[in-house]
Amino acid sequence: MLLGRTANGLYWMNRYIERAENMARLVDAGLRMALTRTQSASEEWNSVLLSAGSDVAFTQKYQDYTAANVADFLLRDTSNPSSTMAAIETARNNARMVRTALTRETWESINEAWMSLKRMLARPIDERDLPSVLDAIKRETALIRGSFYGTMLRNEIFDFSQLGTYVERADNTARILDVKYYVLLPSISWVGSTLDNYQWESILRSVSAHRSYRWVYDADYKPTNIADYLILNVRMPRSLTFCYRFLAEHLKFLGDDYGERHACHATADKTQAMLRAGSIKDIFDAGLHEFLANFIRDNTRLGDEIAQDYRFN
Amino acid sequence: MRLAAFDEMLPEVSGLRRPYSAYDRWLKEQDPARLTEKMQDAERVFRKTGITFAVYGEQEASERLIPFDIVPRIISGNEWRRLTQGIEQRVQALNAFLDDIYHRQEILRAGRVPKELIAKNEAFLPEMIGVRPPAGVYTHIIGVDIVRISEDEFYVLEDNARTPSGVSYMLENRETMMQLFPELFQKIKVRPVENYPQLLRQSLAAVRPQSTKGTPTIAVLTPGSFNSAYFEHAFLADQMGVQLVEGQDLRVVDGHVAMRTTEGYKQIDVLYRRVDDSFLDPLTFRPDSALGIPGIMDVYRAGNITIANAPGTGIADDKAIYSYMPEIVEFYTGRKAILGNIPTWRCSEADSLKYVLEHIDELVIKEVHGSGGYGMLVGPAATKKECEDFSKKLAAKPSNYIAQPTLALSTCPILTDKGLAPRHVDLRPYVLVSDRIQIVPGGLTRVALKEGSLVVNSSQGGGTKDTWVLDD
Repeated sequence: MLLGRTANGLYWMNRYIERAENMARLVDAGLRMALTRTQSASEEWNSVLLSAGSDVAFTQKYQDYTAANVADFLLRDTSNPSSTMAAIETARNNARMVRTALTRETWESINEAWMSLKRMLARPIDERDLPSVLDAIKRETALIRGSFYGTMLRNEIFDFSQLGTYVERADNTARILDVKYYVLLPSISWVGSTLDNYQWESILRSVSAHRSYRWVYDADYKPTNIADYLILNVRMPRSLTFCYRFLAEHLKFLGDDYGERHACHATADKTQAMLRAGSIKDIFDAGLHEFLANFIRDNTRLGDEIAQDYRFN
Repeated sequence: MRLAAFDEMLPEVSGLRRPYSAYDRWLKEQDPARLTEKMQDAERVFRKTGITFAVYGEQEASERLIPFDIVPRIISGNEWRRLTQGIEQRVQALNAFLDDIYHRQEILRAGRVPKELIAKNEAFLPEMIGVRPPAGVYTHIIGVDIVRISEDEFYVLEDNARTPSGVSYMLENRETMMQLFPELFQKIKVRPVENYPQLLRQSLAAVRPQSTKGTPTIAVLTPGSFNSAYFEHAFLADQMGVQLVEGQDLRVVDGHVAMRTTEGYKQIDVLYRRVDDSFLDPLTFRPDSALGIPGIMDVYRAGNITIANAPGTGIADDKAIYSYMPEIVEFYTGRKAILGNIPTWRCSEADSLKYVLEHIDELVIKEVHGSGGYGMLVGPAATKKECEDFSKKLAAKPSNYIAQPTLALSTCPILTDKGLAPRHVDLRPYVLVSDRIQIVPGGLTRVALKEGSLVVNSSQGGGTKDTWVLDD
């Protein structure tokens, strides 16, 4: 039994921790692209912003898609609620609210991440420092995750936290795939071919999977393989299937604990079944974009249902 | 004006006092550089664990640390025994007074406390007339602020019978000291304070409503994470293993107060509230309050929830009532007060007002309802202009003020860049009342960090120390 408000705080705390890290990863991938690309990098930065869902807000503030502007907007700018700094601050406010539900180690790691990022992101980032800033962000969130997994009891508190993590992560992976695919794939007829294009790496890099991809598939970047990896691979920790495996599992724990199943259980099970039965060929045949758009919509609905069913809205 | 103050470690007249002898021996063996380092360690520990407090009116530093000094304030076992007798007596009297004031009002009939002082007082809640709280306890958690003047003279500065704060600092200060100087606790036997949360929980459980079946559900009610004492609310809920709730989590369901949980509404039996009376129930008190629970007072009057402390306890710690405490203690306990009051002039009385206005530069003048060191004048430290301005305020509404002599509060050394230096201190022991009275050995020592300053409030630059009661 938890306060609805506590469940809400845990859920959003974890969504925002995940988001803070995802922003750093997106900027990292963009930076890599901008450095390896001979022509204008603005297209790449534009797609980073699209993946982050922040392109509209960005253009209201800036004219040029430069590394400095995008990094500033996605990492530091607290007027952008999804920026790393804003996200870590929201995560910490939520953690403060649910403090009694967290181990001391977890709370301290979040509080320390907030303190150190606040210091680091207080001033505009010098371009030369950008790689080390990105590393530091990933390190801080890794420390939070480590303290969390290492010390938290596997009870409902853990379940609600994980729901936040995986709803956010699934959303993030789906968006990256949706946006990048269009930027990078010149024509749909190229889908089956091998592309000798290092730019594909950026998709994988933005989900920290550029190395592990090679353990599973050939070294070549094939669009179908990349989509397969990010959507259907059961073992890849940021794939949609992986996220739903855990969403369904934690919802099942909650359902068993409380002895009650809700609408969110049905939604999660349905999506999980769809992913399990799906093949990448079917997905491409029916249209990848449609598939991802549907997925993102259902995933958002799942979040709403969880909030409603467990009384935290 | 400098007052010759009694130093609790090293009084000028008699030399090193006994309670400090073992500590002093240890201190002399320490490398000053290492102590300075420890001081910084302490700050890091506090910052990391997020032990901060919000200061009202300071946008910039919305989260600040209460400075912590590493030199403990040490009280001997004997001194403590004397103090506890006085405190127990006082706390009994406070509860008896509250019960009387909200029922037969015998003390008013006997003319020992003026009627108008109660009737016109905002802290008096007519809604509580005739209400008898579960187990008959009104004020469950009390902080009694005590000052020392000399070897043998202790006075009560004020009673905090509403929602005294600071106990988390008492606990964290001890925790920090044990982390920094484990060897000291091997050498010197200090009575433990760590079990306070368990005592608090037992104490709250013991005053549950009679109708409670099984183990009572206890919750701490906080105004929210932006409240200045939020850290303490979360800390206590955590240590007691109970829910930390906000008004928005609660509502009245089937005649009980219930919290909204992931499994629906669940009944609460005992609410340790850290929300002021006026915000508790928008249906009974301030209608604009978003911090309270509509209808909780009906549940309370029906005897279905314990609210700790009870609504309306403020009438017992009001500064205007304070001056009557010696009479109150004697009236209810039949014996003279063991712990005295500081002589107090009630400015509502014409003779007193005249005296206060004539001696304003010697006195400390406080608002009757003020707290936190705001709205007070320390005559000897004030400029002529400040005294004149305050005189006008005072003359305009005399009943709003009391005055006390500027006492030479005892000092205790703190560690500064230039070594030990004496600073004024007070002491707030914490008292728990249920079917019995329990006092945690020690309490919170607050220290005025500025040289010569007498204001120990954390909102005004005060710090804290670990307080040791020796097991001797």
